[in-house]
Amino acid sequence: MKRFTVAILVNNQFGVLNRITSMFRRRQFNIISLAVSETESTEYSRITIQSEGEDVVKQQLINQLYKLPDVCSVLEFDPDESVSRELLLIKVANDPRTRADVTVASDAYEGKIVDYTKESIIIQMVGDNRKINNFVNLMREYEILEICRTGIISLDRGGSTIEKNLFI
Amino acid sequence: MLLSGADILVKTLIEQGCDTVFGYPGGQILNVYDSLYTHQDQINHILTAHEQGAAHAADGYARTTGKVGVVISTSGPGATNLVTGIATAYLDSIPMVAICGNVPTTQIGTDSFQELDITGVTLPITKHNYFVGSVEQLADTIREAFVLAKSGRPGPVLIDVPKDVQIAKCEYVPQPPAKPTSPQAAKDIRIEEAAKLINAAKRPYIYFGGGVIAASAQEEMLALANKIDAPVGCSMMGLSGIPTDHPRFLGMQGMHGHYASSMSMHNADLIISLGVRFNDRVTGNRAKFATNAKIVHIDVDGSELCKTVHATCGLRGDVKLTLQKLLPMLEEGQKPEWISQVNAFRKEETDYQDNRDGLTPRNALLTLNRHLGSNTAVATDVGQHQMWSAQHLFFRTPRRFVSSGGLGTMGFGLGAAIGAAFGTGERSVLVTGDGSFGMCLNELATAASYNIPVVVLIMNNGVLGMVRQWQTLFYNKHYSNTVLNRKTDFSALARAFGADGEAVSTVQELDAALTRAFKQEGPYVVDCRIDKDEFVLPMLPPGGSMDNIIVRIGD
Repeated sequence: MKRFTVAILVNNQFGVLNRITSMFRRRQFNIISLAVSETESTEYSRITIQSEGEDVVKQQLINQLYKLPDVCSVLEFDPDESVSRELLLIKVANDPRTRADVTVASDAYEGKIVDYTKESIIIQMVGDNRKINNFVNLMREYEILEICRTGIISLDRGGSTIEKNLFI
Repeated sequence: MLLSGADILVKTLIEQGCDTVFGYPGGQILNVYDSLYTHQDQINHILTAHEQGAAHAADGYARTTGKVGVVISTSGPGATNLVTGIATAYLDSIPMVAICGNVPTTQIGTDSFQELDITGVTLPITKHNYFVGSVEQLADTIREAFVLAKSGRPGPVLIDVPKDVQIAKCEYVPQPPAKPTSPQAAKDIRIEEAAKLINAAKRPYIYFGGGVIAASAQEEMLALANKIDAPVGCSMMGLSGIPTDHPRFLGMQGMHGHYASSMSMHNADLIISLGVRFNDRVTGNRAKFATNAKIVHIDVDGSELCKTVHATCGLRGDVKLTLQKLLPMLEEGQKPEWISQVNAFRKEETDYQDNRDGLTPRNALLTLNRHLGSNTAVATDVGQHQMWSAQHLFFRTPRRFVSSGGLGTMGFGLGAAIGAAFGTGERSVLVTGDGSFGMCLNELATAASYNIPVVVLIMNNGVLGMVRQWQTLFYNKHYSNTVLNRKTDFSALARAFGADGEAVSTVQELDAALTRAFKQEGPYVVDCRIDKDEFVLPMLPPGGSMDNIIVRIGD
């Protein structure tokens, strides 16, 4: 199944996230990742959702989003024309036998060690989906204690921005 | 002027053109009811026996008038009792505003007495819902709810009003009734594409649903049919959209649709679909559905295009305005070969017709037809009687068939018939079954109290006929829990409620009973005894296609 990322500009109000995720649940659209924050305007929040499915499913998902009165705009990202990033925090065991391998791998992926104790190392990493997945897979060679990811956030390249193009 | 929230609520309803509301009072909506008392010269409140009946009545009112139906209840159980009614309206795209009381904002979230998160409960069955946190938001929220309920594809909107918001005061400035967002035609390029497909079609079939009634696009649709020489069929929600005896009309199609209508759709090379959503009851097995046909699909809700079947050309827009733009682009032409094929299907349908004598379902409904006025609204419940009504009843005016299509709500009918009587200002009819009627017959109390002229025709067969039919055909005649054989005497029951009624077992008795019923000032129950083994035919078996259609039992 194809993965895709959409940004949803919604009214910055109590309960709106619930309306969005409830629609995903009842129509059985899968959420792979979800990120929510305030935007340049206090009027709106921006929800970035990564989901999967064929084109028909994607179109249905976007159409259903537009039916929610709190949704102001939906933007689908073309991977070539957009920048997508997520933040990873990963805690691995600090074993003297693997310590060097872990730190070399982190350096190779431009990770940053943000916590270092006798028992564990926390690495922070920013990247696109693929980079983060690859690094996590690499770390599976060692002892992963905990993983936390923020979910994808995306912006279109160039001067264009998400439009407040209100549908009927 | 400085007013309480309750007064603002009632004044805003009046300002929005609402003169009739249905509901049931309770602790957390007392202030609104107090305001309804002081405004009773401007707004009429109908007290039902149960909140569900009130919701169905508001729905029946909306279906027959095209106006927004309004229902009011208290918090907690009052609000949950609305749920089936709201869901029924949601699935059939009926404009409705439901107003619930709730505990004061200071108590929200503490599980206080009769507190319920009704906005959470109704999230998936409303177009939108509101929790009004302050009295300043109240009037505009109600206005917005009316706009939303009416705009685009209509639907129910719920407003939850905590008690302290009803008590608090703020300035109220009256406003004119809110207008729905202005309808728009589909994009020109799509209309051009559709015109090409229609001009190239040799066997076009027009298939319309509730969307044509909602958009009042009958005239344009018939102009289309006449211009391209196409037969017209509909979904159940489309019934009454055009006069039943219109020469181009083949009737409802689908699982229990008219043979000629379903066969014409199956054999068409182009299905022009107007305000429909290709429900599973319509298509049967989607993989085998009209495999040789291209589909032009016009709907105001873009999410319906390609939701269940692939449309060759999907047009998002108001059906009426889109057809107005489309019509001049079409070539006028006769299609004698196609029409003669359609006529052959009609002939076959006549051959399959149930011509038995006696009190068969068909004869009962044909008898009822003779009593219906051109403006009489007929509500139904759900089951065999509903399908027989859809097949045999005769309609002359749009919005006169009131039936739960999408949700299939047994118990819908009596409340809806009451609402329809208020909506049309005339006598209404309920065709029901003994099973469905048993679910919400308490609303006989409402009909009797207000002396509402509702003719209740119970197709009484002592069984849950539709489920029994499936058990006969697909479950080895295991009649699990479908044999009611209750001891209820429906005419005695009607008298107990303060109404009147009688039982009939022949066509002549039925005719005489209906004559009395249609003269009655208040409700009248006709308990019509029919055989338990009557079938709804034709029938498209679940998962089947038109190749598997059952037209006679024993086939």
